[in-house]
Amino acid sequence: MKVKSTVAILECLLEQGVDTIFGYPGGTILNIYDELYSYQDKIRHILTAHEQGAAHAADGYARSTGKVGVCFATSGPGATNLTTGIATAYYDSSPVVFITCNVTENTLGKDAFQEVDITGIAMPITKATYLVRDPQTIPDVIREAFAVAATGRPGPVLIDFLKNVTAPSVMIDYEPMERKEHIHHGRLQALTHRIGWDIKTPEPNHDDVRTLCQMIAESKKPLLICGGGVVRSRAHEVFRAFAEKIDTPVAITVMGGGGFPGGHPLTTGMIGMHGTQASNIACDNCDLLIAVGCRFSDRVALDPDTFAANAKIVHIDIDRAEIGKNVKTAHHIIGDAKRVLELLNSVVEEKKNPEWKEFVFSHATRTEYDDKPGELTPQQVLETIRQIVPGDSIVATDVGQHQMWTIQHFHFDYPGQLLTSGGFGTMGFGLGAALGAKIGNPDKTVIHITGDGCFRMNGQEMATESHYDIPVITFVFDNRTLGMVRQWQNLIYNKRFSQTDLGFAPDFVKLAEAYGLKGRRVTNVQELKEAIHEALEWGHGYVVDCMIDTDEMVRPMVGGGQPITNFMLT
Amino acid sequence: MNTEKKAYTLSVLVEDTPGVLSQVARLFSRKGYNIESICCGAGLEPGTTRISIVTIGDEEQIHQIATQVSKQLLTISVDVLEGEESIQRELVLVKVKAETRDAREDIIQITNVFRGNIVDFGSNTLIIAVVGAAEKIKAILKLLDDYGILETARTGMVALERGQNTIYDQNKLKEEYNYGKNVL
Repeated sequence: MKVKSTVAILECLLEQGVDTIFGYPGGTILNIYDELYSYQDKIRHILTAHEQGAAHAADGYARSTGKVGVCFATSGPGATNLTTGIATAYYDSSPVVFITCNVTENTLGKDAFQEVDITGIAMPITKATYLVRDPQTIPDVIREAFAVAATGRPGPVLIDFLKNVTAPSVMIDYEPMERKEHIHHGRLQALTHRIGWDIKTPEPNHDDVRTLCQMIAESKKPLLICGGGVVRSRAHEVFRAFAEKIDTPVAITVMGGGGFPGGHPLTTGMIGMHGTQASNIACDNCDLLIAVGCRFSDRVALDPDTFAANAKIVHIDIDRAEIGKNVKTAHHIIGDAKRVLELLNSVVEEKKNPEWKEFVFSHATRTEYDDKPGELTPQQVLETIRQIVPGDSIVATDVGQHQMWTIQHFHFDYPGQLLTSGGFGTMGFGLGAALGAKIGNPDKTVIHITGDGCFRMNGQEMATESHYDIPVITFVFDNRTLGMVRQWQNLIYNKRFSQTDLGFAPDFVKLAEAYGLKGRRVTNVQELKEAIHEALEWGHGYVVDCMIDTDEMVRPMVGGGQPITNFMLT
Repeated sequence: MNTEKKAYTLSVLVEDTPGVLSQVARLFSRKGYNIESICCGAGLEPGTTRISIVTIGDEEQIHQIATQVSKQLLTISVDVLEGEESIQRELVLVKVKAETRDAREDIIQITNVFRGNIVDFGSNTLIIAVVGAAEKIKAILKLLDDYGILETARTGMVALERGQNTIYDQNKLKEEYNYGKNVL
């Protein structure tokens, strides 16, 4: 049937089950927004304060629900404002479809008003980009874009429509098609045919799985790493069954949070730069290291040459390009984490490693911070939150000290419970992500943990929080400094605190109130408790400004590029 | 791994889509590697393009680049070709000064020895087309330099593996890359 191209765009989104879009309108994308006006009952659009906030919200929505997030922006600055959000999603393999519009065919390439080559800019930070010049290709492109974002190693995709493609006079042939049929048509079918892959669930190599079983049987000191791939693949249950079956300690990366229960007796805690004694020492002493869905970034394999030097490293990942990229491996299995672990569970023999476990767990699996009389410590803040909010609350963080403290103190039990920018390290990610998560999970409590530096980066999204009444509780770790950078200056730069003093920050309580939220500044545990109870009872956006010491540090800490047990702080 | 730097040819089969060439090329610039030559033409099947890229690096660097190229959704297949295992050829057009009869005769003789062709015969210049591997091209350019080369245009190297192997061959490695690119 013949429909307007903009109708085809929105119908294609409905085919994908899209019910929420985060975005910001502008000149070139007006035609789509005009059509969206007619679709208000089917698609909810969340207007953010800034395109970056929309990008993070779509990302947080995707991470917390496992569905593909959708984000709209206009051409030029609208599109470039997305880029930090796109890169954040790309580094953490989060499936988001970004839709932008560009100038018209006649003005393309002529430096027209608000024109930018966003498909070119986004190329290194997306799985794929599409510049749509022919309206008839709309259904095919959108179907391909969603499939590409969600499959394989998930990630962001960008579609850029020329404005004339979306003009109200443009009619195209559009036939509604169920999502499961897409693979049998058009470009998706061509992609499947091209790579010679049968239309069936791709299967990991069974010989590779058997080889790993043999290695496990021979190992006396095995260690597992739970990476972000376990979370993205929603493989937490099979991962847990696997770890228990082979009785192996599990170190969790930042991105792996939620892939394995944080409070499980086999958990050694975080690994890497701020890894626990147990994780990092186990890594140094193990004879077999099985890493699932982790890419051995420089924050985990700080010094690739000495990393797990006594172990055979086995890498399980969906992306072949990750094998051997950062560390040399003895064996690898390519596949979706869930499918590989299911296969492993069906063939691996049970084993027990009591002596090895005793050794590993003789080291600390968490960091104890001393209470300081008359002061509120990060540990007190987090423990107090943990005791009061529901155990399945979704936690979004920003980046820096508060992020590491949060991961150290909270236990994450399911994929999507922890939302954090691990790879790209994007300050300002948290509030947008929290809003997206709350919209995707209206029944869950969503808390946002941030620092005074990060909160100022996208704090304007409090306007979105207030306008749509999205009840997120923000905890600001307010130490009047750029804490993590100050920590490095403290330890490595002779206490030369260059440009890290944030003592001139606004009054966050008044700021929250200005946006129509409630806020409270707390300086001790009692006030904090009252604030949390008040926030939960109030049921709308709330900001708790937690005054903590400026010089509190994240411990342990291993310096960049150092062997993993060279603790600079313990 | 071999850390000796030498020229490698990456033979890349991709989907013929706008932007695909820059997508492949940016993986070199991202690492700060120089592309010695890049040559792009239609692949055997409609809708495909075969890109041949010559770059200088050590084995590990080339392996890393090949890995990142292989991972791209638009990439169908990648082969790394080395000197002896492959046939490498480049077409060069050379415009050379030929103002005297002696010079013209010399140049024609050189061209014949190198099995090139005179493709344009002007009153003061000749254009020579010659096809060959790197050494041969270097040698003829050196000889012609004496007569005054006005300009050259080179296609860059194209290469094919010797014997029955082709870029279309499937192996475990390529299947592993395909796994990550599946759209199911």
